[in-house]
Amino acid sequence: MSPILEIRDLSVAYRTPDGDVRAVEQVNLTLNAGEVVGLCGESGSGKSTLAYGATRLLRPPAVVTGGSVLYGGRRITQGGDPADLLAMDQRELRAMRWREVAIVFQSAMNALNPVLRIQDQLLDAVQAHLKLSRHDAREKVASLLDLVGIPRTRLRSYPHELSGGMRQRVMIAMALAADPEVVIMDEPTTALDVVVQRDILSQVVELKETLGFAIMFITHDLSLLLELADRIAVMYAGRLMETGSSRDIMRDAAHPYTMGLLNSFPALHGPRRTLAGIPGSPPDLRNPKPGCPFVPRCPHARPACAEVDMSLAPVSGSAGAGVPGVVSHLTACPFVTPQMSQEGQASQEGVLS
Amino acid sequence: MSEPVINGVPVAGMAGGDVPVADVAARPAVSPVLDQAAEQVGEHAVVKSVAADRGPLVLEAVGLDKVFKLGRGQVLHAVRNVSFGLYKGAVVALVGESGSGKSTVAKLLAGQERPSGGKAMLDGEPIDIHSGRAFRRYKNQVQYVFQDPFGSLNPVHTVGYHLTRPIKLHQPGNKDVSGTVTALLEQVSLTPADQFVGKYPHELSGGQRQRVSFARALAAKPAVLLADEPVSMLDVSIRLEMLNLLDDLRTRLSLALLYITHDIASARYFADEVLVMYGGQIVERGPAEEVTQRPAHPYTQLLIASAPDPDNLGSVLKSANVGSAKRAGNVGPATAGCPFSNRCPLADDKCKRENPALQLLAPERAAACWHLEAATSLYADGTR
Amino acid sequence: MASSVVASTANIWRNLPVKAKVGVFLFGFFVLAAIIGPMVEPYDPGFQNTAANALSAHPSAQHLFGTTQLGQDVLSQVLTGIRLTLELALLVGVIVTVISVLVGVTAAFLGGIWDDVLSLLTNVFLVIPALPVLIVLLGYLPQQGQTPTILVLSLLGWPWGARVIRVQTLTIRNRDFIAASRESGEKTWRIIIFDIIPNEISLIAASFVNTVLYAIGASVALAFIGLTDVNSWSLGTVLYWVQQDDAVQSNAWWWFVPPGLAVALMGVSLVLLNSGIDEIGNPRLRASRASAKVAGHRIWPTDPTPVYAQLAAERSRLGSFLHSFSRSSLYDETPAGSELR
Repeated sequence: MSPILEIRDLSVAYRTPDGDVRAVEQVNLTLNAGEVVGLCGESGSGKSTLAYGATRLLRPPAVVTGGSVLYGGRRITQGGDPADLLAMDQRELRAMRWREVAIVFQSAMNALNPVLRIQDQLLDAVQAHLKLSRHDAREKVASLLDLVGIPRTRLRSYPHELSGGMRQRVMIAMALAADPEVVIMDEPTTALDVVVQRDILSQVVELKETLGFAIMFITHDLSLLLELADRIAVMYAGRLMETGSSRDIMRDAAHPYTMGLLNSFPALHGPRRTLAGIPGSPPDLRNPKPGCPFVPRCPHARPACAEVDMSLAPVSGSAGAGVPGVVSHLTACPFVTPQMSQEGQASQEGVLS
Repeated sequence: MSEPVINGVPVAGMAGGDVPVADVAARPAVSPVLDQAAEQVGEHAVVKSVAADRGPLVLEAVGLDKVFKLGRGQVLHAVRNVSFGLYKGAVVALVGESGSGKSTVAKLLAGQERPSGGKAMLDGEPIDIHSGRAFRRYKNQVQYVFQDPFGSLNPVHTVGYHLTRPIKLHQPGNKDVSGTVTALLEQVSLTPADQFVGKYPHELSGGQRQRVSFARALAAKPAVLLADEPVSMLDVSIRLEMLNLLDDLRTRLSLALLYITHDIASARYFADEVLVMYGGQIVERGPAEEVTQRPAHPYTQLLIASAPDPDNLGSVLKSANVGSAKRAGNVGPATAGCPFSNRCPLADDKCKRENPALQLLAPERAAACWHLEAATSLYADGTR
Repeated sequence: MASSVVASTANIWRNLPVKAKVGVFLFGFFVLAAIIGPMVEPYDPGFQNTAANALSAHPSAQHLFGTTQLGQDVLSQVLTGIRLTLELALLVGVIVTVISVLVGVTAAFLGGIWDDVLSLLTNVFLVIPALPVLIVLLGYLPQQGQTPTILVLSLLGWPWGARVIRVQTLTIRNRDFIAASRESGEKTWRIIIFDIIPNEISLIAASFVNTVLYAIGASVALAFIGLTDVNSWSLGTVLYWVQQDDAVQSNAWWWFVPPGLAVALMGVSLVLLNSGIDEIGNPRLRASRASAKVAGHRIWPTDPTPVYAQLAAERSRLGSFLHSFSRSSLYDETPAGSELR
C-alpha cells in the first residue's frame, strides 16, 4: 500500500537573533490511506511544527532546513511519482491546500471569524476551492453540516451562539468540504469535555470510513491515541522517540519517555497506584546536546546515551520486524529492555543530568 | 453549631426551571410529592462525607445558589443548592464539564462572588466579607489558586515580589520576610530558592509558575485551599508532580483542599471524596473510589464511559466499530426537571418535570436520580 | 541591579527597528540643541543688527542662518525656538499624561458610577471644538510667555489619552493576576499603582509622545496665527514673523526653511520614536513584523514556509558574495544536524 503522505527526514528550524531553534530534527513519518496516525508529544516537542512545516504553513522566521514531504494523492500525481511539497511553488501549493490536505486547527474559537455567520464562512471556503454555482455551493454547505451532525437551522448562527463542540464540528465540516485525502487535526478536542470529545471523534471516524481520508491526529493525550489511532508516533524535543501500532505502544513501550508518559495518566479502571509522571522539563532547543535529548529526565540514562544517533531502529524481539504488511515497532533508544517498563518509574537519577 | 444539612432540596414548585432571582431567596419547604418519592427510593440525603474522617470541618457550603443576569430578561442559574464540607487534611474533588458551575462554586467560597442564596460557613460561623478588613481576614483562612499559570502572575513583577506582598499583608509581625520567602519556595520545591527569587514570570516554565502560585497562596497560611483546575494547563508529564506536591502540602500543613477538575481520573487518584456536578447541581457524591468504580448516576456513568480507555476493544473510536455509537447530540442541561433529562436514556415524564433530590445510597454516598436501580448497569454492555 | 538595567536597556536597543533608532537620534539632537542652545547662540533672538547689509541677509559667517527683515539672527531664533517649543511640548505632555492616567485608570478600575461620571467628563471635553475654544481662551487670558498656551493645550489634550488608557485598564483589570492580587489581600490603591500601571507603561509612553507631538503642532499653529505671546521666541512665533514680513514672497529662504524644517523634523522624530515604543511594549508586534529576512530573502507572512535548499539555490553569485559579509550568513551556513557556532 503506497503511502498517501510520506515525511522523510524533515527538519524545521526557527531563525532567531539568538540562534537557530531546532524545532524538528530529521523526522520520518508515513501516513497510509484510510489510516489514523497519532502524533503524541507535549509542549515544545515539535508536533505542531512538524505538521505545519510539512504543509508549508509556518510563518517566518521558520525555515524548513532539510528533508522531503511526498504526497501520493492521485489527483496530483496523475499516476506518476509522488510530489514533494517542499519543492512546490505557491501556485501548486494552493492546489494542494484544502483539496488534498486539510487542517482542523486547535482552537475553533480562534479559527472562526466572529462577525460572519457559519453559512458565510463555509460558503467562503467552498467557493474558494471548488468551482460551484451559488446554488450548488449552498446545498454543499448544508450537506456538510448534515455530515457533522449539526442541524441545518444553525446555518445562520454566529460562532458565539454555538457551543464549543459545535464550533469544532463546523471546523471539521470546513476541512472536509473539498473531500481531501489527508486531514491533519491539531488538538481538536483539547478544550472540550470527554463526552463531547467522544461524540465528535466517533463521528470523525465514521466519516473517515465513508469518505476514505487519512487522519494525522496531533495531541498530548496518549491515552486517547491508544484508543483512537492505528499507529502512534511519540515526539520529544523535535525528534521521534518511538513509533508503532497502538497495541505495541501500550503493551511493549520501547522508550523510557513513552513509558514515562504512560505512567502519567491516572487510570480510571484497574487498580489505583501511585504515579510519578516525569520529573524535569523539556530541553532548550537552541543548544541541543549530542545524543538523546531525554537524558536529563531519563531514569535509565547511562554515559553511552550521549552518543546515540537518534535514528529509529526496530525494537529487538518485536514480532514481524521487516515482515511486509506488519506495522513495525521502532524506537530511538538502543538500550531499552522489557524489564524497564516493569520497573515503572524508578527513582534513580539520570546519570548525565 | 450547624444544623443538619439537607442536600439537594430542590426549589419546590419550580422543578428546577428558570428561577427569577426573588424567588430563590424565599425557598419554600420540600413539596409533599417529593417527600413521597424520597420515601420510595431512600431517605432525605443527610450524607456523611468520607472526608470527615480526616479532620474537623473547616469550610462549609450550605445551599449555595448563584444566578447571573444575562440581560434581556434571561438568567443563568449557574449554581443550584450546592452543599458540602471541606475538612482539615482532606481533598474534596468537584468534577464537572465546563459550564457545570464548579468554578462558580469555588469563586463563591473564595469570596470573589456573592451568593444569590445560601451561605458559606467558616468554622461554624457565616462568612463576613463585607468590609475590606473582613475580606482580608477571610483571605487569611481561605485562599484560591488560579487555573492559568500564565495569566495569574503579573508579568512586571519578580517571583520575590509576588511572595513578599502576601507575607507583608498576612503576617504583619514577620521580621524575616526574605527568610519566609525562601521557606515558601522550598516548600513548593523551587530550589535553589535564591535563583528563583529574582526571576520574572516569563522566565519560568508553566509548572514553575504554578508552583509560585501555590507558594503565594500558602504565604497567607490558610486553612483552606481552593484549587481551580490547577494542572489542566500544564503538560501531562508534570501534572502528576504537581498533584503529588499538593498532596504533600495538604498532609504536611493539614490543609482542607478543594480540587476542581474536569478530569475524573485525576480526581480518583487524588481526592478523598468526589462530587459530580451537572447543570449547576451536585448529581452524585461519595468516596472517590466508589464513585469512579461504581457510579450510580447516569451522568457519572457517561463521564466514566467517555474517558479514553485503551483497553476498550468495542470502542466507537476504532474503525471496526463504526456505526454502533449512540450519538448524544449537542444539548446543554435541561432547564426543567432533572438537568440531565434531555440526554438520559432512562428519562421519563417524571424526570422532565421534577428535579430529583440527592437520595442516600449508603451512609457516605448519594445520587440525585429517580431511577437509581435501573441506572446501575447503564453502560455495562461496553458500547460507548 | 544597575548592571541589569544597563543590560536590559542594551537589549532593548538592539531589538529596536531602524526607524525607531533614527527617531531616537533625531529627537536627541533636538534635545541637545535645546539644552546647549542658550550657551551657543551667537545673539539674542530679538537683537536687531541694524547695519545696512544685515537686513534680510543671506547666510554668512556672521549669521549662519542669515538674518530676518529686521536684522535678527535666524540661528539664534531657531535655537531659542527649539528650546521654548520643546519646553512647552514636554510640559504639556507631562500634565496631560498625568491627568489622562488618573482619569482613565480610575474610571476603568472603579467602574460603576465613577466610570459613568468620568467617561461623561472625558466625552464632553472630547467634543469641545478645539480651535474656537483655543482662540477664545487665548484671546481672553493675559499673554505672559508660554503659560497660557500650556494651560489651554493641556485642558483640551487629555481626553484622548484617557479614553485609550481606560480601555487598556479594563482589559488588564479582568486578568487573573489582578484577581490574584485581590486574593492576596492587596488594597485597591496599591493594585492600581503597582499592578496595573506598570503593565501600561508602553501605552502611557506612547500617549506621552503623541501628546508632545500634538503640543508642538498645536502651539506652532497657534503662534502662527498670532494668538500667543509674540514676544516669546518659540518656533511658531518665528514663523509668525515670517508670515508677517512676507519672507516667502521675498525668497528669504534662510528665514523660513530652518524653523519650518525644525518643526517638521521634531514631529517626524516623535513619530518614529512612537513606533519603537509600540514594539517594546508589545512583544507580539515584534514577532509579527510585516516580513522577515531569512537566508537573505524577504519572506512575507503569506508566503509558504521557505525551504532552505530552495532559497540558497536562488541567490545569484554576486548576491551570495555580498551576503557572505553579513552577520546572518553565519547562521545560513550551518547545515541541519551539525553544531552551531
